[in-house]
Amino acid sequence: MRHEVRRLILLLLPAGIFFAAFFLLPMARLFFIGGSGKTGWAAYAAILTDMHYFSSLVSTLGVATATTVATLIISGIAGVFLQRHKFPGNGALVAMLTFPLAFPGVVIGFMVIMLAGRQGLIGQVTQALTGEKLVFAYTMAGLFMGYVYFSIPRTILTVMAAAEKLDPKLEEAARSLGASPWRVALDVIIPGLKPAFISAGAICFATAVGAFGTAFTLAAKINVLPMVIYTEFTLSANIAMAAALSFVLGIVTWLVLAIARTAAGSTVAAAG
Amino acid sequence: MTEASKPLAIALENCAKTFADGTKALEPLDFAIEAGETVVFLGPSGCGKTTTLRIIAGLEEPDAGGRVLFDGEDVTHLPIEQRNVGMVFQSYALFPNMTVAGNIGYGLRIRKTPDAAVKARVAEMLGMMQITKLADRRIDQLSGGQRQRVALARAIAVRPRALLLDEPLTALDAKLRDTLRLDIDKLLRSLGITAIYVTHDQAEAMALGDRIVVMEHGRVAQIGKPREIYQRPATRFVAEFIGTMNRLTGTTKDGVFACSAGSLPWAGAPATATEILFRPEDIRVAESGEVTGLQGTVAAAFFLGDRTRLFVEVGEARPLVIESTARRDFSHGEAVRLAIDPRGLLVL
Ligand SMILES: Nc1ncnc2c1ncn2[C@@H]1O[C@H](COP(=O)(O)OP(=O)(O)OP(=O)(O)O)[C@@H](O)[C@H]1O
Ligand SMILES: [Mg+2]
Repeated sequence: MRHEVRRLILLLLPAGIFFAAFFLLPMARLFFIGGSGKTGWAAYAAILTDMHYFSSLVSTLGVATATTVATLIISGIAGVFLQRHKFPGNGALVAMLTFPLAFPGVVIGFMVIMLAGRQGLIGQVTQALTGEKLVFAYTMAGLFMGYVYFSIPRTILTVMAAAEKLDPKLEEAARSLGASPWRVALDVIIPGLKPAFISAGAICFATAVGAFGTAFTLAAKINVLPMVIYTEFTLSANIAMAAALSFVLGIVTWLVLAIARTAAGSTVAAAG
Repeated sequence: MTEASKPLAIALENCAKTFADGTKALEPLDFAIEAGETVVFLGPSGCGKTTTLRIIAGLEEPDAGGRVLFDGEDVTHLPIEQRNVGMVFQSYALFPNMTVAGNIGYGLRIRKTPDAAVKARVAEMLGMMQITKLADRRIDQLSGGQRQRVALARAIAVRPRALLLDEPLTALDAKLRDTLRLDIDKLLRSLGITAIYVTHDQAEAMALGDRIVVMEHGRVAQIGKPREIYQRPATRFVAEFIGTMNRLTGTTKDGVFACSAGSLPWAGAPATATEILFRPEDIRVAESGEVTGLQGTVAAAFFLGDRTRLFVEVGEARPLVIESTARRDFSHGEAVRLAIDPRGLLVL
């Protein structure tokens, strides 16, 4: 018995050291720095009471949630379709869809501007059609578009891998019992893909919460936490506030992922 | 029994199947299955049993020109969800996100059956399959045999017009296979439902089938009652595929078949017979003093308890197989005299 315990401790050691060095210690440090500013621990309260901070927290979580939902819907449908239907050019299309994986956030932001910016394609088309120029690159909508764009590749590959493992006999059984294609999707395909949706969704959410480059490129009216942290840190030199915001951002993301994981009842890659 | 729907007659007309990759799985098939009949598709792997079943189910369409008729009505292009046929797969195909009861009630819920009626029917099915205790289990908490019972209950719960089973017992161990086979047999008879049962196990086919469709390379080799198929096989393939067949080559002259084992008086012998086939039960070791012109040497003897299986060398490519019930030992290399019942002789 004692031997067994010793073995377990030994096996846990690497993970434990890693966890302590790269998570526990920095987080604790961050937590205390957050309380060390001019206002002391009130910095944490300010996140909830100061409208500037609070609204940025809410919009960060909002845009991350919207990104996750939109990405899952798009990659769910596209992923299953691409896995099921092998047509000429299928491989090239999949490769193309995974293209944005390599782009830094700045490039994504630049692409959003090219599409929906003042000189963008959408602006030109809408001007020609309605006489009014539609420009949304520099708003939350632009950010949302950029995030969806770079989240799709990560998600679609996970969905395709999971779709390949779905048992076609389950769908045939459901159909033999009278299920329409819509019911088959609802009762067989979506439940079958649920673990993939949850793990891909968690990564998608966490990435969208912490992404900085895209927001930085689009700049202007966008008020998301990573941007606020950046301004507090560099422009206002308010290191304590930046630390408090970072700490809360970390905790909230961790909480959301933990909830997702319990909902899944299985292991989910919690990327931060 | 509360099965309302009346059994279905199924007919295939000119149903061929060529897959997209060019594989010709079925040559044009024609046959009819009577209402309430249990038909077994039997044949070696890859002969097209599953493909035929899937065409009947509506999971595949036959090549142009083929027709599937349900009670005379053309359903060739009707998708499976509108055919009302129950399916049971070798891999069970139970929904892992539902309980046992959830699985069994699924088809009824799809049909918007009132909750109380679903519950009652599920309870009835659980009872019929003797799995009432398992109602609230998750699927991964069941053994293979239990899973297949759930799959059967799920397929029957909606009162399908026909039940299609694709090797339902192949994944189970021998003992369980026997029990479940008996239960399926009882079930099919009590429901009186039209059933098609795919297997490559001939014992299963013999036990369950009212009729057997023996298939070979995408063709029907023979259709008939189990006894006909066994005793009057239509082709060499059927004769060799079903049961054990002995073979002797030689020549026929004046009602006597002469071969390397000796001579066999055979009154009705066709003059052209150069090869005769017969089952192990139609040949025996002759009693001492009995007159016979055939003999061989024992190559191997296996005592099986109720009988001894003998392999007797007679100078043919394969030794003869003989099932002896004699209460005596046989030793390797022993010379034995043989007697054949001419009524069991086949010429194909
Ligand atoms: N989707 C498909 N595409 C191409 N060829 C196929 C497809 N399905 C089956 N085949 C081929 O058709 C032939 C008949 O297959 P089928 O599954 O009907 O055989 P089976 O008699 O059920 O065999 P088994 O006993 O192994 O299940 C085989 O040669 C098989 O390789
Ligand atoms: Mg098969």
